[in-house]
Amino acid sequence: MARIEISELSKDFGSIMALDGVTLSLDKGCIVGLLGPNGSGKTTLIKILNGLLVPTSGTVEINGIEPGVETKKKVAYLPDRNALPDYMTSDQLVELYSDFFYDFDAAKAEAMIDDLGIDRNQVMQKMSKGTKEKLQLCLVMARQADVYLLDEPIGGVDPATRDYILKTIISNYNEDGIVIISTHLISDIESVLDNVIFLKEGRVVLEGAADDIREKEGKSIDELFREVFRC
Amino acid sequence: MDWNFKNGIPIYTQIVDELTMRIASGAYAPGEKLDSVRDMAMDAGVNPNTMQRALSEIERRGLVYSERTSGRFVTRDENVLKELHKELAGRYLDEFVEKLQKIGMDEKEISDFIKEAGNGKNRD
Repeated sequence: MARIEISELSKDFGSIMALDGVTLSLDKGCIVGLLGPNGSGKTTLIKILNGLLVPTSGTVEINGIEPGVETKKKVAYLPDRNALPDYMTSDQLVELYSDFFYDFDAAKAEAMIDDLGIDRNQVMQKMSKGTKEKLQLCLVMARQADVYLLDEPIGGVDPATRDYILKTIISNYNEDGIVIISTHLISDIESVLDNVIFLKEGRVVLEGAADDIREKEGKSIDELFREVFRC
Repeated sequence: MDWNFKNGIPIYTQIVDELTMRIASGAYAPGEKLDSVRDMAMDAGVNPNTMQRALSEIERRGLVYSERTSGRFVTRDENVLKELHKELAGRYLDEFVEKLQKIGMDEKEISDFIKEAGNGKNRD
């Protein structure tokens, strides 16, 4: 059963405040959209949740423990850029993931890889940008994790693949898990979100159930986003 | 079947309306078993929680019923379906009348118009 508690979380990089007093609590069974323009702190927050960055101040707990080795067993992370050895083929990467993660379902990953028409014997280096992204997502979603942290999962892929990815997220969804999706392509994903969080300059400016917001504001999340973040 | 969602209206409400329509039109036949919540959510491209909430609502309205182990079924109760038709017809008619009033037609003109349209259809 997953639960994430974030309290007064701040992170600065020298003079830049990437996160500034973020307090959030996320309960099991929800798909959360972490939404904000470029440089609003989305990736920093996700990296802290995954234990790749250490907070400057404040606390983060996943199931009551600070991000670290223990939480990584239960947290599946899709980085915003490729972090896999790109001299490997998808078959080799499936093997690598099987070695690394107890909760990795190789058969599921292979099924997804085939569904998306990825050549199992091609090395990652030779793949197109979109195909690399698809492959990474297959690997991440084939874990049976409590928490999925997906940093820009749909940025570089075509609309048909986008639909497939969203369906994968929905079908993978488990009642005890939490899925956090960071993106600025809101209209594509808003129908799958339970909750949305708007980040602006490292602060939470809006948080709530997506349908409540639609009802209250009389507009889609995408329209509201464009309004809140008008340049 | 396609699902199209409009902006600015809760998705949950739109699913309730769409499911109601499918039951009223017979696209989901009386007594038919519905797919699982997850499959329906995937088909519509929405969050399973949202689909669950919509299904609970149409269940509360008596349009579907659950059987503990075997799933959800469309009601066989003819009275419920009759009521549903009446309610939907009323809603459409209200919208229609409102539009005709907006373009300046009075009650008699509207009712004549409806009769004519009905007759026209009967001849076909």
